[in-house]
Amino acid sequence: MSASHESHHPLTLSGELRLETGVIINKCYQCGKCSAGCPVAEEMDYPPSLVMRMLQTDDPKQYEKLLRSMSIWLCVSCEMCLTRCPMEIDIPTIMDNLRQKSLRAKKTNPQAKKIISFHKSFLDSINITGRLYEMGLIVDYKMRTGAMMQDVLIAPKMFVKGKLNPVPEFIKGRKKVAAIFNRVQKDNKEGK
Amino acid sequence: MIKVGFYPGCSMKGGAQEYQESVTALAKVFDIELVEVPDWNCCGATAAHNMNKELSLSLPARIMALAEKEGITDIVVPCAACYNRLSLVKHELAEDPSLSSKVASIIDLKYQGTTQILNIIQFIDKYITDKLEEKVVKPFDYKSACYYGCLLVRPHSILKFDRVEDPQSMDVLVRKAGGNAIDWAFKTECCGAGLSVSRTDTVARLSGNILKDAVDREAEVVVVACPMCHSNLDMRRPEINKFLEKKIDVPVMYISQVLGLAVGIDAKTLGLNRHMTEVNLPVRPAKEPAVAAVPEKVVITQKTEA
Repeated sequence: MSASHESHHPLTLSGELRLETGVIINKCYQCGKCSAGCPVAEEMDYPPSLVMRMLQTDDPKQYEKLLRSMSIWLCVSCEMCLTRCPMEIDIPTIMDNLRQKSLRAKKTNPQAKKIISFHKSFLDSINITGRLYEMGLIVDYKMRTGAMMQDVLIAPKMFVKGKLNPVPEFIKGRKKVAAIFNRVQKDNKEGK
Repeated sequence: MIKVGFYPGCSMKGGAQEYQESVTALAKVFDIELVEVPDWNCCGATAAHNMNKELSLSLPARIMALAEKEGITDIVVPCAACYNRLSLVKHELAEDPSLSSKVASIIDLKYQGTTQILNIIQFIDKYITDKLEEKVVKPFDYKSACYYGCLLVRPHSILKFDRVEDPQSMDVLVRKAGGNAIDWAFKTECCGAGLSVSRTDTVARLSGNILKDAVDREAEVVVVACPMCHSNLDMRRPEINKFLEKKIDVPVMYISQVLGLAVGIDAKTLGLNRHMTEVNLPVRPAKEPAVAAVPEKVVITQKTEA
């Protein structure tokens, strides 16, 4: 397809998803096995099979609803939907794609704040030390969400059991890991 | 002593130290030394693939590139989540050479994708299983519900490990260790994984349903191969009990701890004291047939010699 042709006929939403992920949304024939097996479907605003249907419409309004949905953040990436899909549609990859689109467009659901904060705190820890420092993660997460009292009761027992490491492990190549973060964030901003 | 590459991952250095302790101790009994990938980083886990695709490829790629540089051919990855990430990235980069070279430039290292990624069961099957039964001195005679979770077996198209809905590999190991691996329905249901902190209620429900089925089928222990599954089923017990409206005290043990006990490693070395839900397995007297079998064998040997 030539560039000029593309500019006259912009890709449909499902076409764009196919280009970015290789997943063909239109293969879905709505059998519902993904939603039946999904462990968190009952808590979602749109269960996985409905997410597929909404994407098939190529309607920007439906797409907008998905970017603002809780479904994309509640998905635990357990891969059950893909496993049971008779057409082997990689729904978890679509969920990853929608989450990242939602973040980039700053359309994340306000109720997903805690889930997203946890991911951000997690990545911050790797960016700084090269590894996940669990105690640092929890403190950082509490600062982001204000959930200061959460889990304070189990912390002392965890400490006694040797499950809380009070000192982070800094890897030697942490600057190299931080450089990876810089490069991918730059690519992300440039939309690569 | 055989040397095998080892990627412990962050959990095994923190909340799941007993997993590392037990895997290392078990390997030692079978003359295996686990050699850590030098200066390894976090695989990025769920956070990376949820938030940034390139990051989720680059972090595992750096680990595998470092292993390649060191000449490591096999990497044992006992954490099911890390195993899943490393395997999926290896697959994706093998499928797409231009993506692979892009990632190599991001991590600033040469990446070939030549290392073999082994989960804990594949590691045991490759290096230990053949010699396991002869080393069992204390059969693990307990009704065991083997819980595989999500990331060890899915997606099957890439991991190609065990049966996807009713896996058996851990059950086989438990039986070889003298245990009674029970048939149950929640072997591969999700525990709630990374939502443990940010959405504890969801985790209590999902993990609670898993434990309920195990206990309903009279399991005396739940056996796992993933630090995330372990922390949800073990550490989230107060929330689980609240959800189920009853107290469940079934212990959750790593497969390496089960096999470790069977080959005679003591509980403390295996880190059994570190669990939040106490491991108080009932003491069983040695089974009569097992004792009777010994003289029989001796008689046969004597006859052959005569």
